[in-house]
Amino acid sequence: MASIDIHGIRKSFGTFPVLHGVDLTIRDGEFIVLVGPSGCGKSTLLRMIAGLEDVTAGEIRIDGKRVNDLAPKDRDIAMVFQSYALYPHMSVADNMSYSLRLRRSTKEKIASAVGNAASKLGLDPLLERRPRALSGGQRQRVAMGRAIVRQPKAFLFDEPLSNLDARLREQMRAEIKKLHGDLRATSIYVTHDQIEAMTLADRIVAMHAGVVQQVGTPLDLYDRPANLFVAGFIGSPGMNFFEGRYVASGEGAELQLANGATLPLGKRLGIESGSVATLGIRPEHVVIADGGALEAKVDLIEPTGFGIIMHVTIHDIPMKIFTLDRAMLNPGPNVRVDLPRDKLHLFGTEGTRVD
Amino acid sequence: MRTSKLLLTVAHRLAILAYIVVALFPLFWLLKVSVTPNDLLYSEGVRMWPSRATFEHYEFVIAHSAFPTFFKNSLIVAGSTAIAVTILASLAGYALSRFNFRAKYWIVALMLITQMFPLVMLVAPIFKMLSPLGLTNSLTGLVIVYTAFNVPFATFLMQSFFDGIPKDLEEAAMIDGATQFVAFRQIILPLTLPGIAATLGFVFTAAWSELLFALMLISGNDAATFPVGLLTFVSKFSVDFGQMMAAGILALIPACLFFLLIQRYLVQGLTAGAVKG
Ligand SMILES: Nc1ncnc2c1ncn2[C@@H]1O[C@H](COP(=O)(O)OP(=O)(O)OP(=O)(O)O)[C@@H](O)[C@H]1O
Ligand SMILES: [Mg+2]
Repeated sequence: MASIDIHGIRKSFGTFPVLHGVDLTIRDGEFIVLVGPSGCGKSTLLRMIAGLEDVTAGEIRIDGKRVNDLAPKDRDIAMVFQSYALYPHMSVADNMSYSLRLRRSTKEKIASAVGNAASKLGLDPLLERRPRALSGGQRQRVAMGRAIVRQPKAFLFDEPLSNLDARLREQMRAEIKKLHGDLRATSIYVTHDQIEAMTLADRIVAMHAGVVQQVGTPLDLYDRPANLFVAGFIGSPGMNFFEGRYVASGEGAELQLANGATLPLGKRLGIESGSVATLGIRPEHVVIADGGALEAKVDLIEPTGFGIIMHVTIHDIPMKIFTLDRAMLNPGPNVRVDLPRDKLHLFGTEGTRVD
Repeated sequence: MRTSKLLLTVAHRLAILAYIVVALFPLFWLLKVSVTPNDLLYSEGVRMWPSRATFEHYEFVIAHSAFPTFFKNSLIVAGSTAIAVTILASLAGYALSRFNFRAKYWIVALMLITQMFPLVMLVAPIFKMLSPLGLTNSLTGLVIVYTAFNVPFATFLMQSFFDGIPKDLEEAAMIDGATQFVAFRQIILPLTLPGIAATLGFVFTAAWSELLFALMLISGNDAATFPVGLLTFVSKFSVDFGQMMAAGILALIPACLFFLLIQRYLVQGLTAGAVKG
């Protein structure tokens, strides 16, 4: 197990820049999840740590040792690919033991390592099969098994569950969490899936266009997103935004919307009166109350079983409300809502958090 | 619904049958003439099968002609060429498929250009080049020439097979602790067996039946390959059709055996199950 230090990493493919200077320190045993929209460079960063891509500039250290110029085989890390990348001409047991055979481990050592990994992952009855005779979920397990047979310095996962169906994904997610609890291995996990990111991560790294937007615990990112990108990216359904002009008035402050209406903010912020600002509130934090301060026109109701997603319009701005109140399955044409002040997020002109 | 499906199947089978009949008819004719006794060859007119069949042509070709020498020479030349080309083409195809290097574009362009010239144009210069080296009238010379001419196409063929194997597999192997070469040998090569079989078969048959260079670079029977040898059945005054066809049938045998040997790999989709399809 090891710590990983990433310092000022840049990457260009030809002249096309993909990563613009990434800094990240990963502690020994930590589970880091990389999230971000498609094409933001998550896989590229992961592959650079693995040694599959050259580093254009910057430095990667594993356990304090600079690895920029080390071949993948000398970095001692394991990786689970989205495609699983199982060796089709080898049995499950041979797939799992390949890395140990390359290291010329003894037969007894290989047998016990494969046996251990197989029983951890429930692969015992499948050891003699070829990958093509396995279901998607079983292949995924073999890919995991291949990673855990040796004790690498770190595990890298590139969307390992994205090819599985929802139910299996849920199950494997829990298994990965359990596995990490057992092994306590430094892990970097790339995913598109919010829930995977929130449930698995010790810390989440949110990336956008080759730049790290925020690093923090899942609840940090949920409660105090550092900028508009993170605010909109974390959470489902996504955060509602009201764009307007920040106006300080008396003791408090308010946001002036395009149509002239104002939303009270409660407290004053450290930005200039009159500047452009964005107010955000999560759908689950909007309160429906008869005496609410705002009127919302109901456009659409989406029951999810667990709760209800209401599409409404407030001051000509479309937004979503998430509620557990079954009465909202049949609301009138309008409902009254409140935006609780302690649940508001405020972002300044540049989109960075200002409250 | 059922009947139309049945009809379609029948039409499909009939079309295939028609194709096979057309494609194999010349072979059948070869066989037919090879077992026709000389006295019936012209006297019976056009018939599907002679009234009396004989193996005398085969006996003659095997026991009394230089055919066994030709056959052996062909086997050596075609076999060596196939192996040499396949090794070279595998390495080159892998490089073209997986690496980016500076001269890649130009190497590919050059390889394509070599395929553009009619071979006849090159016979004289090649003869000129080989004769001071003592490589005319020698099997080695033929192997070198055939190898040179077959490598470009075989390289493209192998490249397309390598392109079909996901890069993830080597990357996984390299992370597992293999060098690029070990990953190539232990992971990629076994998966390319169908491609290797196809390349071997393609080059073997091409070299087996090549006539132009064999005719121009070889004189005399000792180093002649079988297509040249077939011509010895044509004398100034007559063509010994029966013996020629018998020799032709015998020459088909190694090619058939060869394909029988490799067909297992040709049809096998070895990569199934590697990555989620
Ligand atoms: N070999 C390459 N050559 C050129 N550009 C590349 C190469 N690999 C990736 N890119 C580009 O780099 C950018 C980042 O790619 P990357 O695969 O890291 O994205 P990602 O965040 O993993 O996306 P996804 O979530 O879709 O997997 C993309 O714009 C992609 O087009
Ligand atoms: Mg990716």
